[in-house]
Amino acid sequence: MPASQSPPLPSSPPPVAEDGRRGFFAQASAVVIGGLLVVCPFLAGLSVFADPLRRKSGNGQFLRVARLDALAEDGAPRRFPVVADRRDAWTKYPPAPIGAVFLRRVKSPAQVEAFNVICPHLGCSVSFNAPRDIFQCPCHTSAFDVEGQVLSGPSPRGLDTLECEIRDNGSGSEIWVKFENFHTGRTDKEPKA
Amino acid sequence: MKALVRWLDHRTGIAGLLHAALYEHVPGGARWRYVWGSTLVFAFTVQAITGMFLWMAYAPSSQTAWESVYYIQHEMQGGWLLRGIHHFMAQAMVVLLALHLMQVVIDGAYRAPREVNFWLGLVLMQIVLALSLTGYLLPWDQKGYWATIVATNIASIVPVVGEQLQRLVVGGPEYGHHTLTRFFALHAGVLPASLVGFLVLHVALFRRHGLHAKVPLRNRDGSFWPDQVLKDAVACLAVLAVVLFLTLLPGLRSEQGIGALVASDRAGDVLGAELGAPADGATPYSAARPEWYFLFLFQFLKLFESNPETGELIGGIIIPGAVMGLLFLMPLIGRWKLGHRFNIGMLACLLVGVALLTGQAVWADRQSLWIKEPDADQVRSHEKWNLSHDYVQAVEQAEAAAHRAVELARGVEIPPSGALSLLRNDPKTRGPELFEQNCAACHSHTDPSLGGLVAKDPSAPDLFGFASRAWIAGLLDPERIATIAYFGNTSHKDGDMVSFVQGDEFKGLDAKQRQEIAAALSAEAKLPSQAAVDAKDIAMIATGAELIKGSAGCTNCHHFQEAGDLGSAPDLAGYGSGEWLIGMISNPEHARFYGDKNDRMPGFAVGDNPDQHRLTAQELGLIVDWLRGEWYEPAEVAAGDEHSTSQTPAVP
Ligand code: FES
Repeated sequence: MPASQSPPLPSSPPPVAEDGRRGFFAQASAVVIGGLLVVCPFLAGLSVFADPLRRKSGNGQFLRVARLDALAEDGAPRRFPVVADRRDAWTKYPPAPIGAVFLRRVKSPAQVEAFNVICPHLGCSVSFNAPRDIFQCPCHTSAFDVEGQVLSGPSPRGLDTLECEIRDNGSGSEIWVKFENFHTGRTDKEPKA
Repeated sequence: MKALVRWLDHRTGIAGLLHAALYEHVPGGARWRYVWGSTLVFAFTVQAITGMFLWMAYAPSSQTAWESVYYIQHEMQGGWLLRGIHHFMAQAMVVLLALHLMQVVIDGAYRAPREVNFWLGLVLMQIVLALSLTGYLLPWDQKGYWATIVATNIASIVPVVGEQLQRLVVGGPEYGHHTLTRFFALHAGVLPASLVGFLVLHVALFRRHGLHAKVPLRNRDGSFWPDQVLKDAVACLAVLAVVLFLTLLPGLRSEQGIGALVASDRAGDVLGAELGAPADGATPYSAARPEWYFLFLFQFLKLFESNPETGELIGGIIIPGAVMGLLFLMPLIGRWKLGHRFNIGMLACLLVGVALLTGQAVWADRQSLWIKEPDADQVRSHEKWNLSHDYVQAVEQAEAAAHRAVELARGVEIPPSGALSLLRNDPKTRGPELFEQNCAACHSHTDPSLGGLVAKDPSAPDLFGFASRAWIAGLLDPERIATIAYFGNTSHKDGDMVSFVQGDEFKGLDAKQRQEIAAALSAEAKLPSQAAVDAKDIAMIATGAELIKGSAGCTNCHHFQEAGDLGSAPDLAGYGSGEWLIGMISNPEHARFYGDKNDRMPGFAVGDNPDQHRLTAQELGLIVDWLRGEWYEPAEVAAGDEHSTSQTPAVP
């Protein structure tokens, strides 16, 4: 078909003179309806998007971590995995490591002290440097003494201590730890809800 | 043809559009300094194309993200190339952004009436940085995981809403499926879509104001097509060449030659983008670093040592935010007389600062590779050197773990529970960890290929090569049995076994007979590393067995085959086998082992109640398999690699 036969392109009509109240009403309705049209799917999405805000972490249960006799008498800290079952959205995992702690013997108040291995600065995993007898974070070089106090580096607080209990299971003493993760980057130690 | 074009044009106006697009006026003619914008558009196009194809093979969830990326990189045809291009082009894009920004500021192209376009450009820059941040996590390997943890923890420091903000980004209280689904949606949907939106505006405004020519004009005015297009194309070609070069770089030094490597189906093991071991929040990762272009921020955070209260807030949010704010103000500052100079100065300071911080970070991490260890009395520099040394080692370990993960994924294959379970059930990976945690307080394990796990002061035998011929030969050596490698630091030092081996009767055996005894006893272990020799030496082993039961006098105390009784010394039947070791470690005081002669060896699984055991059955199995060198090893390596000493232990 030759091009000349195609219909002319539509051109926009000349603007109609506004007629006061009716014009305002039409504009306002168009805006409101248009807004609703967009807001509705967006709200539905937002509701799902915000769902994580109401999820609770599995924080704060007492878990069996190690036997007391696994700790050195001289108070040297040792790292132990913390094993528990865990839920991640739709997956329920069988018991597996969910974190780790350093345990060490102390004289008082209890027999054992526990630290979460997570660096209170920004969440890297701290390791224990046995020859130098300090904890070190590999990320921004925060260092802590065996008692968990900050020696140097940007960490805003010492290593996070965890509550411990010694329980007797009939064949020996076990260390149970109330395992929690804390918010990083602040001076106060606040558990993640 | 002409008619067709005319027909189409009449309905779409395409000829006019094309003309407008190609014959853009270029005052002063085409110049190289104008190419940066186009290279960025090119880079983004490449990212969109490669990203789309990656998307077709990627599955975002904690059990499938690493696994699908592994499959792309190591198994799918050309997967390494696709990942390599996407990975290195992302880095090229950051460099090009910096160049584009520099050119715009130096040329003063941000000034009226182009302020809005400058701001759009800055928004685009943020989007690109966000793309690279989200992309870093998607492979779900240790490196991306730990680096991103730090980044999202910075988000939580934002006053008031920080905690909620972090949760929304992470998709829950901890990292998991929803972190991936969110990061992926951002990376492949939200961010690229907004990038396209802003890019359209950016280019439209650019067209509206025309190109900001650098004065003085060098040539006659020209048009975009073909001169500037050619220059742009050449620049894009150079970018692509660099990206391809980086993708192929690790193969250029390989022995088999790059051509053969590319053609082989193992190209992904060497070429393309790196993939670490699968992410594991419970396994520490000491080599965590952000991508190199974020290193300056990382280093910057170290400076806030003296100000722990607000350090992160200032260093991680306020100062970077203020710098961004200053960049946004540039067009306004530029209106003053000296404003333009000020802007250039500011940008220069910024870039120098970034370069210095990046250099510092790299130096802090790698100095131990470049300089000798300082003397211990130079405390500060010695400490720094040590930190760097730790980092370099951590990187090596991370590479080894990544290599092992791939080996297992390929050889053992990935179960539905994901690749992490492969590593968690791998004796080669977990054995040394468990040994260190549970055994190394007393036992050493001096495998040179592992650097050796040496106990502080060993109070029990060295278990490297336990029950191998060489190990038993040492045990039966009158000179060696009472050294720390065997019974030196135990109560058995003064026990019957030592006096027997050092006694005249046993000394009377000739060297060949001792070899036969060692071979026969060692054969009981059925060590995988000795399978071949054991099969070959069947006659020698039989003679040895007769000696054990007969003239050597072993069965006076020990039980072996049908001879001797249990109760006074460890059972020699099945000595060093998996079953024997599990029994021994579970309860050394059992009559089959040391009974009441047990020195301080604790029982790790005494009794029937698993809750009272120190080690789970799985952990016990892993330690035993590791001691026996029983783990998956890919066929080619096991055959040709003489370095795998852990399989053929030398004399401890
Ligand atoms: S995360 Fe430990 S020092 Fe920054």
